[in-house]
Amino acid sequence: MHALKHLARNNASPVILLLCLWPLGAALERWLNPYYLQILVYIGINMILAVSLNLINGITGQFSLGHAGFMAIGAYASAAGTMFAWPGAPAALALLAALVIGGLAASLAGLFVGVPALRLRGDYLAIATLGFGEIIRVVILNTEAVGGARGFFGIPVLASFGWVYACMVLCVVMLWRLVYSTKGKAFFAIREDEIAAAAMGVDTTRYKIIAFTIGAFWAGLAGCLFAHFIGYIHTNSFTFLKSIEILVMVVLGGTGSITGAMLAAVILTVLPEVLRFGAEYRMIIYSVLLIALMLTRPTGLMGTREIVPAR
Amino acid sequence: MDQFLQQLVNGLAWGSIYALIALGYTMVYGVLRLINFAHGDVYMVGAMTAYYIAHWFGFAGAPSLPGFLVVMLASMATCAVLGALIELVAYRPLRGQPRSSMLITAIGVSMLLEFGGQRVFGPDPKFFPQLIESHSLFAAGGVVLTNVDLLVILCSLGLMVALRWVVMRTRIGMALRAVSFSFDASALMGINVNTIIATTFMLGSALAAAAGAMVGLRNPKIDPLMGLMPGIKAFVAAVLGGIGNFPGAVAGGLLMGVTETFVAAYLSSTYRDAVAFVILIAVLLFKPTGIFGKVTVEKV
Amino acid sequence: MWPGKRSLILEIVARWSAVTLLVLSGLTTGCQERADEIRIGEYGSLTGGTATFGTSTHEGVMLALDEINKSGGLLGKKARVITEDDQSKPEEAVTAVLKLIKQDEVVAVIGEVASSRSLAAAPQCQTNRIPMISPSSTNPKVTQVGDYIFRACFIDPFQGSTMAKFAFDTLKVRKFAILTDKKNDYSVGLTDFFRDTIKKLGGEIVAEESYAEGDIEFKAQLTALKALSPEAIYVPGYYTECALIARQARELGLTAVLLGGDGWDSPKTIEIGGKAVEGVYFTNHYSEEEQRPEVQRFIADYKAKYGGKTPDAMAVLGYDAMTMLADAIRRARSINGPAIRDALATTKDFPGVSGKITIDANRNAQKAIVVLRIQGGHFRFVSSIPP
Repeated sequence: MHALKHLARNNASPVILLLCLWPLGAALERWLNPYYLQILVYIGINMILAVSLNLINGITGQFSLGHAGFMAIGAYASAAGTMFAWPGAPAALALLAALVIGGLAASLAGLFVGVPALRLRGDYLAIATLGFGEIIRVVILNTEAVGGARGFFGIPVLASFGWVYACMVLCVVMLWRLVYSTKGKAFFAIREDEIAAAAMGVDTTRYKIIAFTIGAFWAGLAGCLFAHFIGYIHTNSFTFLKSIEILVMVVLGGTGSITGAMLAAVILTVLPEVLRFGAEYRMIIYSVLLIALMLTRPTGLMGTREIVPAR
Repeated sequence: MDQFLQQLVNGLAWGSIYALIALGYTMVYGVLRLINFAHGDVYMVGAMTAYYIAHWFGFAGAPSLPGFLVVMLASMATCAVLGALIELVAYRPLRGQPRSSMLITAIGVSMLLEFGGQRVFGPDPKFFPQLIESHSLFAAGGVVLTNVDLLVILCSLGLMVALRWVVMRTRIGMALRAVSFSFDASALMGINVNTIIATTFMLGSALAAAAGAMVGLRNPKIDPLMGLMPGIKAFVAAVLGGIGNFPGAVAGGLLMGVTETFVAAYLSSTYRDAVAFVILIAVLLFKPTGIFGKVTVEKV
Repeated sequence: MWPGKRSLILEIVARWSAVTLLVLSGLTTGCQERADEIRIGEYGSLTGGTATFGTSTHEGVMLALDEINKSGGLLGKKARVITEDDQSKPEEAVTAVLKLIKQDEVVAVIGEVASSRSLAAAPQCQTNRIPMISPSSTNPKVTQVGDYIFRACFIDPFQGSTMAKFAFDTLKVRKFAILTDKKNDYSVGLTDFFRDTIKKLGGEIVAEESYAEGDIEFKAQLTALKALSPEAIYVPGYYTECALIARQARELGLTAVLLGGDGWDSPKTIEIGGKAVEGVYFTNHYSEEEQRPEVQRFIADYKAKYGGKTPDAMAVLGYDAMTMLADAIRRARSINGPAIRDALATTKDFPGVSGKITIDANRNAQKAIVVLRIQGGHFRFVSSIPP
């Protein structure tokens, strides 16, 4: 646990960890069954999604149901970039550029959603973000240039285990430092009682917008990785249902706990694969899990605490 | 001009369905301040129940108007029970909790109904039996009104009038209005709040079931996921009309149906779903209380 | 209290990860020891909006499998078909095919009926050099994905133009409207080819509207079409929506003739459409009324195996795809991907139930089209047009 503490405190350890990931990834690609490798990659992507949604929902307390929309924008924008803007570029550079494009496009959308969201509370915010997610999806569905209703084929497969986990480490470290810093206490304050926080001088507008923008950025990045791992994307993968799946991870892990979200992402990615023989029951189990969780332990597995002490 | 009128007729028929579902949303929000995500799926269960009742009790073989009405009423009764059950098991234990917990539970119930439905009813679409032969009643100029469309519009109107009578003219209705106004004060006045809330859910679910049965008759393809989109759109209709406001829900539903039809006809049918959300965002940004809603001040 | 709890959680996580990994690794080792059979993959829509396509194709494939195994199998070994359901969704088609190729290690893949789903899965087969035969995807883009992708049927330029010519020359229609399923490559493709041929013949397209697969309400679009008084409406979609469209069109008092493509071919069309689909013309791959001995024998065998059911075109094509593949494997005398591919590419005059199949340079089959008419609740043969 000392090691994890170092990750949060100094700058050398994350970099060392990052550099180890690509060789690890190459080794896994050689020796591990591709089906399991795929599961590991999905775990990484889901971790990024869960942790980024946690920033908006769990830590800042803004009930957002449109996360899949940000992921979709990241996926399609980055795919359009690699397919149309520079098809011949070398792999690593292309993926880097794609990540940047995907993330930026999604964070712009996050900004766009965040500003009107400032006025809305609770249920209304939930429905409004749901609406944004669906509008994004329908607009993409009607854009023939990216395949429209038939999906976007032929995206070069550039992402790998190394890339996905590198992004995941970056995401977690960045969010951890943001949230558990002195200024980061503002996020928690907004969740606890927005009016009191405003009365205490916290610029709630600024922090809410930051939460949405950064959360959307990482969701877009996850979308880009998703698109460049499978090579084919369709709006059916980014529906309201996907937003719910990510929400379940956040709720299961404990709204407000970064490590909780990561843990839940692992559990909820592996569980359907282990239960593959009962694939039809997967969503039923999901929903029963959600209801049972809310009835018995609404704070989730970790509550608001982290596996490693935060401060 | 003919086309315009015909599209209006199409829109009104569809809008009546949204109005019926929207009433359920508005009622539950009024008493519990909860968006019952599962409501759209109760509509689906209503359609499925009607389908099975029609087949099991032989109505499918003998098309007739009274036959359909019996099927619809039976479906309404069943779903009323379902609605009360959902409230009892999933929402009542969470009464004192923060609203996000209830919302998440509602989402959970919705998913359970959808995917449980896929398991129980089978994932393939089913085709509602033609309980009433559809034929055009009158064709004035180029505008055609079928008997089924007329039935849908009249039935919906009838149910809405019945609901209004219950809410305005009966004691239970008065208690319902009291609970909507102030939960705690009503309890202090000796109103059994639990019974009233259960009744609210039963009434709302019955209306949704009626909508489901009528949609089954009019657009015969039904499947376990059919409730998702109409549910969300009906909620938008309720918000458009002013959530908590009954005439608002009706107006919102009809407006929604007509707008959607015109967008599908004159723009592109693939934008049909987006229309609902654009309306929602617009309403929330410019007039969050809706057309008929009242502004409430948030107390600290 | 807190340190204890933390290590407890970590212990639980570690324990569960170990268990999971053990279970998963156990699951993999069982998969390699099946060298005494030849595995062929099949992916199709066994559930969802186009469920009859997948189930009919599957029934045709299994009938062929029975016959193949009864007559000694393939290259002396038993043949086995592993089937995956893609739930009528393109994303699921990709997952299904990946599983077939990577986990089940099939030597070839049969699928899919819907062009969108074939297009989604074909790149996977091409990259992994596993031959894929689509029994009934008619969009030309499918075989353009690569040289490992084949089909056992005709393509849409032929289908669209045939219906256009039939309507123009035989039915003498001059004013057309088109109602396209925008969510479908098949429908969009057919619309383009139909439109081009009508324009070339000198006919008029008075209106075009669209819908999405899964819609249940079409009155808005139909009302818009009705206002322009077309004599015929081309609806190149899949049977679920097409039957509903036919019903709503008649309810609105629309009397135009309805025309369609092979997506209409399903027993459900008549079940859903009832009287509204009477008089519809559509192009298809085969007619049960054809008197060729292969056709009648196939119908008899199918009825015997499946309880008196009459086979539809998807079943016939599924059967033909499977027998074509078996023939190629026998000629290649190997289960090696490239070898099977080469054998498939040189298929000439293969006696399929749906007609003699010759694979051309674009890996499409050169075959005749039949035009059918729905009359009295049955699909009646009208005419056959050679390639």
